[in-house]
Amino acid sequence: MLEYKMPSLGADMESGFLREWHVKPGDRIRKGDIIAEVETQKGIIEIEVFEEGIIGELLVNLDEQVPVGRSMATILTEEEAASGKAIPAAGVKAPIPETAAQAVPAEEGAQRAEGPAIPEHAPESHHIRASPLAKRVAAEKGIDIATVHGTGPEGAITRDDVEHAIAAQAAPAKAAREAKEEAPAKPAIPKEKTPTPATIPDTKAEVASPSIPEPAAPIPTAKASASADTIRMAVAAAMGKSNREIPHYYLETKIDMSKALAWLSETNKQRPVKERLLPAALLIKAVAKALNDIPELNATWENGLQRKELINVGYVVALRTGGIMVPTIHETDTKTLDEIMQALNDLIPRARALRLRSSELADSTITVTSLGEAGVEVVYGVIYPPQVALVGFGGITEQPWSENGMLTVRPILTATLAADHRASDGSTGSKFLTAIKNYLQQPDKL
Amino acid sequence: MAGNLITYRECIKQAIREALLADERVFMMGEDVGHYGGAFAVSKNLLQEFGPERIMDTPLSEAGFVGAGIGAALGGMRPIVEIMTVNFSLLALDQIANNAATLLHMSGGQFNVPLVIRMSTGIGRQLAAQHSHSWEPLFAHLPGLRILSAGTHEDARHMLAPALADPDPVIIFEYTSLLNMEKELPEDLTGVDIQKAKVRREGKDISIFTYGTGVYKSLTAAEELAQAGIEVEVVDLRVLRPLDEETIVASVTKTNRAFVVEDASKSVSVSSEVSARIMERCFYELDAPVQRLCGAEVPIPYPKHLEDASVPQPAQIVSAIKTLLQHA
Repeated sequence: MLEYKMPSLGADMESGFLREWHVKPGDRIRKGDIIAEVETQKGIIEIEVFEEGIIGELLVNLDEQVPVGRSMATILTEEEAASGKAIPAAGVKAPIPETAAQAVPAEEGAQRAEGPAIPEHAPESHHIRASPLAKRVAAEKGIDIATVHGTGPEGAITRDDVEHAIAAQAAPAKAAREAKEEAPAKPAIPKEKTPTPATIPDTKAEVASPSIPEPAAPIPTAKASASADTIRMAVAAAMGKSNREIPHYYLETKIDMSKALAWLSETNKQRPVKERLLPAALLIKAVAKALNDIPELNATWENGLQRKELINVGYVVALRTGGIMVPTIHETDTKTLDEIMQALNDLIPRARALRLRSSELADSTITVTSLGEAGVEVVYGVIYPPQVALVGFGGITEQPWSENGMLTVRPILTATLAADHRASDGSTGSKFLTAIKNYLQQPDKL
Repeated sequence: MAGNLITYRECIKQAIREALLADERVFMMGEDVGHYGGAFAVSKNLLQEFGPERIMDTPLSEAGFVGAGIGAALGGMRPIVEIMTVNFSLLALDQIANNAATLLHMSGGQFNVPLVIRMSTGIGRQLAAQHSHSWEPLFAHLPGLRILSAGTHEDARHMLAPALADPDPVIIFEYTSLLNMEKELPEDLTGVDIQKAKVRREGKDISIFTYGTGVYKSLTAAEELAQAGIEVEVVDLRVLRPLDEETIVASVTKTNRAFVVEDASKSVSVSSEVSARIMERCFYELDAPVQRLCGAEVPIPYPKHLEDASVPQPAQIVSAIKTLLQHA
């Protein structure tokens, strides 16, 4: 039997409110299924599960506040489920997401939940209480310490707790680990439950991902929506932490985009409108390839430098109501330009509608921000902790340009790097920006 | 097996006698060490055996005879100076701190001081505040000295020889509360290492770092904790200056938890130092905060029950460690 625990959906998350169960006891679940919706400071997040099995018991009532690491549900194996626990023998193949009609007011929901109410006992604290050894072991094993339940003195997480967490994850989450997704998402993914015309992106019709049916009717819960204020506070917390803790250094370089734009325009001529590429796809791919060459910047700084194997570029999406979301393009370096463009077309509207899934914000290892459309020429970014680098692209503008002793006019892009000086030095950053520049001179090879 | 029981007092005496026999340059002086046989009967009959030139009674002047010992050491002798109890050592502190500890340095390496000072020390014999001290930390603070603590019979028996062999001043703390305690000495043991701390009992769950009277108390506690399934490692620090960091680090790396026990009051003590070194050297090995059980911050009281309450006892060690580990 496994326990499904409240994941940490951001470094500053201490707890979340359970707003909806998408499963009931007896439901069969598969890796990637959404089993619940949890509201955090940043909004409502659809929580995915990374195990297979059958839901045993739901341990948390609707609208209950659940500290990170608290068990939310039990997941049984086939044998356990068959061995006559009081579970309806439902042969449902996949979880049936709750529709809006099924969602009920809080009081009824509380009665409906199967599990006993769990008393609040986990202390609220502003940092994770864990022994130095536990933190070290967790870092070495790639366990998010925030997901570990502490049993030591004053509720501290000890090495034993971390090792139990590792053991609990090991067997069933093997497949999940291969996908590098078993660690719960870091940043929060808000989902707005009452989409209004203002929040539905006009660029894309198919807003929701196939696995998330649209609610039949909006749920009348204003409190359940991530407000612009709470998103603002979440951005404030992350950026405040970044500027407090990360010694930034900044580099910039001007890139002649004439070849890249010519190639784009030539390529797009042969494509239907829907499949056309935008410069952003080139920029993101160039960043990913440059990271392949300079892997030092594809990392996080948590108890020292932690290099990341997979290159997952996070792309900053500005919300129309204020605030930002940073969806991840997984394994960006292995994706074609078309795949990156598809990912952007899919992610950006959903990010703006606050309808991202936890894995889509899970593992970004570097952030790209592009303010080209906003009309500025240079962006000096603030690193998204615990990452160690952020690439900023300004707009492409025509500028005087001298080359081989000749003065001419070229479309120029200014690329900047904000990097963590604990993790890298200027010469590394310089090589990285130069690599991006070089890749953008050979757009056909991206 | 209980054939060769020996008292702590007899261990010290055998050590002195062996040293006198081994090297003609060795002699002992102090208050009442000769005719009276030593305030604690440690040197009984040694005057008769070795004569007044090698077992010298001195006037009641610690500054005088410690200074004389330093002079004799500079002159090529190997003096053992006995300060009757640590209480009187402060009268000689100027000689110890400003002369014995510094002359090698002040002479640019020309004059070393091969002096050994023994002093009886400790709490637990109802001698009240002025005669119940655990002042090891005071002396362990002084650069230029090697500070030893004989918390076991084997160290009482074997520390003196290497101390005399040391070219620089060494202070050995002996414990009056242990004098009558009988233990078996390992027969094959011929010497001890006064550079290194000593693991007295191996364990994997937690390390106790202690010295002096804390050693047997901690071993008693470890015995009881073993009944409860807790395997305690007991490390006798033994050398309080310079501290043997490597043994400390190795033990913490093994058990991941550290508990320091000493009779001295907590503030600015050996336990503070050990605790700090652990933080400096192996913070990321710690699975729990370093904890300490030390003497109460009071002048030691006279009544037995209050005196007992003012220094760590095995039952307290057991209870503190159970509390520390019950969650883990």
